[in-house]
Amino acid sequence: MVSTTTSAPVPSATAAAGERSQRNVKTLPLVAPSVVILFLWMIVPLAMTLWFSFQYYNLLDPSVGGFAGFENYTFLLTDPSLLTAMMNTLFLVFWVLVITVGFGTLLAVLFDQDFYGRGIARLLAIAPFFVMPTVSALVWKNMLMHPVNGLFAFFARSLGLPAIDFFGSFPLTSVIIIVAWQWLPFALLILLTAIQSLDSEQKEAARMDGAGPFSMFFFIILPHLGRAISVVIMIETIFLLSVFAEIYVTTSGGPGLASTNLAFLIYLRALREYDVGGASAAGIIAVILANIVAIFLVRSIAKNIAD
Amino acid sequence: MHPRTREKLILTVVGWFAAGLIFFPIFWMVLTSFKTEVEAVATPPKLFFTPTLENYITVRERADYVHFAINSIVISVGATLLATLIAVPAAYAMAFFPGKRTKDLLLWMLSTKMMPAVGVLIPIYLLFRDTGAIDTRWGLIVVYTLMNLPIVVWMLYTFFKEVPKDILEAGRMDGAKPKQEVWMLLLPLSLPGIASTALLSIILCWNEAFWSLNLTTSQAAPLTTFIASFSAPEGLFWAKLSAASTIAIAPILVFGWMSQRQLVRGLTFGAVK
Repeated sequence: MVSTTTSAPVPSATAAAGERSQRNVKTLPLVAPSVVILFLWMIVPLAMTLWFSFQYYNLLDPSVGGFAGFENYTFLLTDPSLLTAMMNTLFLVFWVLVITVGFGTLLAVLFDQDFYGRGIARLLAIAPFFVMPTVSALVWKNMLMHPVNGLFAFFARSLGLPAIDFFGSFPLTSVIIIVAWQWLPFALLILLTAIQSLDSEQKEAARMDGAGPFSMFFFIILPHLGRAISVVIMIETIFLLSVFAEIYVTTSGGPGLASTNLAFLIYLRALREYDVGGASAAGIIAVILANIVAIFLVRSIAKNIAD
Repeated sequence: MHPRTREKLILTVVGWFAAGLIFFPIFWMVLTSFKTEVEAVATPPKLFFTPTLENYITVRERADYVHFAINSIVISVGATLLATLIAVPAAYAMAFFPGKRTKDLLLWMLSTKMMPAVGVLIPIYLLFRDTGAIDTRWGLIVVYTLMNLPIVVWMLYTFFKEVPKDILEAGRMDGAKPKQEVWMLLLPLSLPGIASTALLSIILCWNEAFWSLNLTTSQAAPLTTFIASFSAPEGLFWAKLSAASTIAIAPILVFGWMSQRQLVRGLTFGAVK
């Protein structure tokens, strides 16, 4: 058996350096399956979406067809619903980030302190992350935010206030509350991990120099968390750009388009209105949005893989 | 009282209050699952009541619940096994025989995870429709395998890198073939890592709700889709919804608690240590 792998994407470079002199392992057949299927998974459907976005294509009307040029895009970009969906998407991402990173940082500092039963309290605090999105959305919608029988309505009435019709009056805000509740534990977990990697000698030294809790937070902990916070922001953004299930089971994007984000708009266009061309054009816009974030994230990861 | 002790007591109160507030919706759901339907919607809400198992019995007796639960198990475990099977050789090659482009390859794999699913919803949907894969378990298994493959490769890669090379080297000296080396040395040595990788993959599959809502209706629908059916106005049985939800999230919650450390590693792709 010839064990030279000149055509392999991952030739054993270190073997040449003598470190792996014992044997040359053919890495190509080992890596190839993963690479090939991921490539197919990413490139083929994406190319198809791109192709569809330049076509007239309606699932219900076979007479519609042919090359559309940029018409799907111009139609989409002049359609006010795209702008609404984009604004809703960004609004949702922004506020969920503010809530999760803000409270996540405070909670991470809190759970870094030593107190009785900290381990169990931490388990309770990270629990929402493991609840499936359809369950959390329905629990919030029915049992907490329901305008008649919900717990919040009961509290409001006990205080003599009118009950809030969450999904009727503040649909997008309600979705934001639910999504933020699901992602808060994620921010907490990662920021807590980062805080715990802070050198305790450094903290001790600052304390010796007379740093109070506030200067400690702003001058020692927060600068140390900078990287972790940016990673939380990037990863959450990628997931939050395509929030779907929470909208699907609570508001269905309504009333009107009030809580429709880009992901939900694409779903409505493609699987409810059967307009494949238009939905594909919107899909391409979603991919571009996510890629802008992904570039920064990949750079950040690359720095850490280096060692 | 000693100021240190007092500080600790205050922190305990604040810490537990914060944790309780975050956990409250889950607690309330579990509580509701032990109420009757009338008590579940009662105002003022009932905190004290005679608990009943009626909802759990009803949910269990409805054969379709078991059907959805089995779908969830088969799909999550199937996709996890498949992804691990494909990922182990790749992670092994990248961890022990790194080349110039290994890092780029790894980054590229992770970057596929960053593509929003809606960007490829339409082609995948049409492909599934034309091949009869809509509402089949294997269809969802394929999607979930691909969805989690980058994370599984990445996590296995980081765990394999922690295995001391000397041990594998020694095995090789003793004449172990590559297959033996992987099966009898690498896999047993990194078993805890493989287990937590599998656990994370199962969690992600179990809770996935974009593809399952779009690609399944009844035959292959997992619990996420089943629970979503309660959102219809005629399906407002809060106590039964709570019981069904409690069973649906309980095993995953335990898994999640068990693997919280590795979770950070897997979900941040090593960007936070």
